Amino acid sequence: MSFAFLRIFTLVLASLWLSPFAVAQELKWADVLAKAKGQTVFWNAWAGDEKTNAFIAWAGEEVNKRYGVKIQHVRLKDTAEAVTRVVAEKAAGRNSDGTVDLIWINGPNFLAMKQQSLLFGPFTQAMPNWQFVDTVNTRSNVIDFTIPVDGLESPWRRAQIVFVYDSKRVKETPKSVQDLLEWAKKNPGRLTHPSVRNFLGATFLKQALFELAPDSGVLQSAATDANFQTVTVPMWAWYDQLRPHLWRQGRQFPENGPAQRQLLNDGEIDMMISFNPSEAAVSITAGLLPESVRSFVFAKGTIGNTSFVAIPYNAAHKEGAMVVANFLLEPATQAYAQDFRQMGNFTVLDLAKLSAAERRRFEELPRSPALPTNAELGATLLEPHASWMTRITAEWERRYTK
Amino acid sequence: MTAQHRSDWLRIAPAFTAGVFLLPIGAGLIGTVLPAFGYLPAIGGNELSLAPWRVLVAHPGFATSVMLTLGTGVLTSLLAVILSVGFCAYAYGRPWARRIGAWLAPLLSTPHSALAIGFAFLILPSGWIVRAISPWLTGWTLPPDVSTVGHHTGLALVFGLLLKEVPYLILMIVSALNQVPAREHLTIARALGYSRAEAWVKAILPQIYPQIRLPIYAVIAFSLSVVDVGLILGPSNPPTLSVLAVRWFFDADIQMYFPAAAAACLQLLLVIATIVLWFSLERLLVIVGRRWIAAGGRDGLLSRLTLPTAVVTFTLFVVSLLAIVGMALWSVAAQWRYPDALPQAWTWANWMRRADSLPALSWTTLLIGMLATAIAVVLVLACLENEGRGERAGTGALWILYLPLLFPQIAFLFGAQVLLVRLELDGTLLAVVWAHLVFVLPYLFLSLADPWRAFDPRYARTAASLGASRFRVLFRVKLPILLRPLLIACAVAFAVSVGQYLATLFAGNGRVATLTTEAVTLAGGADRRVIGAYALVQSLFPFLVYLLAAALPALLYANRRGLTRWT
Amino acid sequence: MDLNGALRLAAVRIVLSGRELIAPLDLVVASGEQVTVMGPSGCGKSTLLAFVSGTLDPVFNASGRVLIGETDVTALPPERRRIGIQFQDDLLFPHLSVGENLAFALMSSVRGKEERRALVQQALIEAELDGFVDRDPVTLSGGQRARVALMRTLLSEPKVLLLDEPFNKLDAQLRNEFRRFVFEHAAARGLPTLLVTHDAADAAAAGGRVIRLGNG
Repeated sequence: MSFAFLRIFTLVLASLWLSPFAVAQELKWADVLAKAKGQTVFWNAWAGDEKTNAFIAWAGEEVNKRYGVKIQHVRLKDTAEAVTRVVAEKAAGRNSDGTVDLIWINGPNFLAMKQQSLLFGPFTQAMPNWQFVDTVNTRSNVIDFTIPVDGLESPWRRAQIVFVYDSKRVKETPKSVQDLLEWAKKNPGRLTHPSVRNFLGATFLKQALFELAPDSGVLQSAATDANFQTVTVPMWAWYDQLRPHLWRQGRQFPENGPAQRQLLNDGEIDMMISFNPSEAAVSITAGLLPESVRSFVFAKGTIGNTSFVAIPYNAAHKEGAMVVANFLLEPATQAYAQDFRQMGNFTVLDLAKLSAAERRRFEELPRSPALPTNAELGATLLEPHASWMTRITAEWERRYTK
Repeated sequence: MTAQHRSDWLRIAPAFTAGVFLLPIGAGLIGTVLPAFGYLPAIGGNELSLAPWRVLVAHPGFATSVMLTLGTGVLTSLLAVILSVGFCAYAYGRPWARRIGAWLAPLLSTPHSALAIGFAFLILPSGWIVRAISPWLTGWTLPPDVSTVGHHTGLALVFGLLLKEVPYLILMIVSALNQVPAREHLTIARALGYSRAEAWVKAILPQIYPQIRLPIYAVIAFSLSVVDVGLILGPSNPPTLSVLAVRWFFDADIQMYFPAAAAACLQLLLVIATIVLWFSLERLLVIVGRRWIAAGGRDGLLSRLTLPTAVVTFTLFVVSLLAIVGMALWSVAAQWRYPDALPQAWTWANWMRRADSLPALSWTTLLIGMLATAIAVVLVLACLENEGRGERAGTGALWILYLPLLFPQIAFLFGAQVLLVRLELDGTLLAVVWAHLVFVLPYLFLSLADPWRAFDPRYARTAASLGASRFRVLFRVKLPILLRPLLIACAVAFAVSVGQYLATLFAGNGRVATLTTEAVTLAGGADRRVIGAYALVQSLFPFLVYLLAAALPALLYANRRGLTRWT
Repeated sequence: MDLNGALRLAAVRIVLSGRELIAPLDLVVASGEQVTVMGPSGCGKSTLLAFVSGTLDPVFNASGRVLIGETDVTALPPERRRIGIQFQDDLLFPHLSVGENLAFALMSSVRGKEERRALVQQALIEAELDGFVDRDPVTLSGGQRARVALMRTLLSEPKVLLLDEPFNKLDAQLRNEFRRFVFEHAAARGLPTLLVTHDAADAAAAGGRVIRLGNG
């Protein structure tokens, strides 16, 4: 009896000390864990990379051991497949017990789902590990392509543009897009970028836009008919000079990042753009690129963004999904993910917020000559508003697709 | 069971089959035609309009896309027919052509996309052929910057499509030949002074053409609407219409669904128009052809043409084989860089990594394939048997069966998916089998219908007069005699099921994983070692079924040459 | 014997899976002569004809020579031998009309539609089928089709005529008529004719020598 009294007393006391929100968090999370136990989370994620697939499988084992939650990796060729599925379910009136529980998502796909009210949340604040997330220096964790996340998706892995090159063939790496143009002129047919319809290809142009636009600040707001033409003039001029010196004279482009990587491996090109800073090290380990590849960035910084996981509004296993999202933010998980022998993705956490022991995990990660240090990565530029990408893609097609 | 009862059973067969189809086809139509005119409430399209068509036509490169689609589709169809006919004219009756079915098996069982990737590896400037001769012959230490795969004319696409379509048509021709007294007619024509090739083209081809007409239409439809091979081998800037439609269907901007549906509709119209055109050409050819045949020319032009045609077809076979071998080598390669003719390092790791997932995937693929094929066989046989008693009226409605071949899969399947979700069937094995059935049944029907209908009715009459019931006639007389065409049709159907990607994806809602869904998603990572391993496994089961189709009749009927002859 | 244009078989031997089907056979059929080959079923009569016409199935092992006059045709493909063959099925091409079936046989050296049509017409008259030029072969009776089939063979101006039990499908009355029809035309054109049959009446009607195969 007194024991019960003590518990209530402690709770009342606790409620006076801690903010009500924190208490609500604690209570809610315990509920979430309880409900999640025994659920199977259908995590829809792009399956083109074996390392990522292996990571997801590992995550499934861990989450099952600790929380009794299973993960079923629904393999996608394209994130849009999952979006289409949720749309179809909404069209059919299935507002609960949906087949998609968790989606690896960002950028335009996120925007589409947010606009169509297809997402569950906000839920990120309820997760205990949210406190470790870097919301200050890595703004891309809370702003997804200039769209406020509003707690509707949880960060997972960070990306930043690097250029991967074959150090046997390229001796001096370009420091800016102008340098890149000069290099391409001297080495015709040895550079390309993915099709601009692919986010990586579009980012190639966005990167150039950052450096060549008269005022890059304007990129953070939506593009308008008025300013789009004027802002992009220098970039198109640069690109028109570049194109004839590209691979296949700029008439054909690889469809996506991996196809481009294949070209580098086959010796058809000497450098490629990538969103994964650890691309060189990871690919060497996987045997997908020769051992002589290294990475470089531009002096003024390169574009970076964050990948998230989101929960559809009609997911059948929302609690399980939240548990998985929280697990992904666990420092140990983030360190495991950053290990270039696994996925090599840089963390979304603020290392300063971690305990010394947790921080050591990151410091003790294996190094590789092909792996850039945080310092070498340089500054991260924020993604422009999504409308810039759509307009650039449309304009590129208008100019070069005949 | 009285004879009366039996015939009632069968009478519902065509209606039932059509019914199985009507739902998904109806859904498919709704999923394509309505959104093409702006109607899809789920994403805000609430009124009909022509806006999607305006977007489609205004898209940069639209005209090029249409020309490309028509050009590659028509060229592929023409070449496929010419090459397969020429090859058969050359090869018929020759001793080495007896086992043709067995030889074609590996080519027919490899899924089209896997073959296309292998072919791409062969002809890339950094590909196998160049590697084999560089740099010692060509002096190229770096691959030349020349466009082969993805060439803007679409020729790589045409070639890649022919790799499978020519063997398919040859197979259909062989099946048809068994139903016509081909040997005797050939002997007569040769005795009249015509060379083997001329005799075949003038005396035999006109007789079997009605039986291969539908497979030819299927080839036309496929060539015009193919997606996966177009993605791998075709140009991308701009691409063919079907690739464009798929891009838009999966675009992050959901509003692109409308012009995507419009593109799919246009696609459908192009297919119908081309088939109608082909049909008219047939009529014309019949008139001109009869005069030409009756003119009695024996000047050997045809025989001179068939040899080069046969050589080209042989080249296709060799290329296909090399494509498969290339993929096999990749599956055991650790490293294979330009300009090495063979991998620098070998490993079993690619296979070991798959060892856990392969058995389950294989079992699912096999189960779905067998179920879909079995159900299709029962339905098709029921319809055909029902016909056999003079009830041709029922089969008129069966033209519905060919719609899935004409529709671009993607548009069709979105509508079907919505339907499945409403019925709470999505994500189940049953739904996937049903979705596969929609595509498997037409091919089965195509391959089986004419040999079945051409069955000499006197056999059945004789058996009946000897006291055999309908059932007995079917199982003891008809099936044994028609075993080879039946097995070939099953092999084709099974291969179609194994190769399905979009159908499994949509109906299974991502829950049902087959070898092909796995292969396609992993292909996104552009690792040829992985792709190679999957290509081999994907081909294995259809290959075994084809071998069975070739070998089983020979084994069962070793003493019955009338049933085992190919030629 | 006048060998001009005669059909000569020299040491023709046919073996199937080690079993000798036809012992070394020497035979001369003079122009206009009709020789009958008789024997029970399975003795190799049709196989012999297949060898002579050049369409022997490769599973058989055959040796010997076939000569027409002085020309050795053993190595020639069937289409160059100018050896006409008639089966018991008429085997008229179902996709051509009666007239077109006949025209198909005309040598391409016969140029000009007029001349070809005249020849076809003449053949039809000889077969007592005047006016049938545009008919679908399927609409003709068995006897009519058989006559068309023979005219088709004759129009190709063969040098030798082979008959593989061609009268089997006809009833007794038709059989007599058609037999007479065939032999008259063959004799008129001076063709060496080899007839294969198991019916003694056919042999008698042919009137020529009878060769017996197998155990006769």
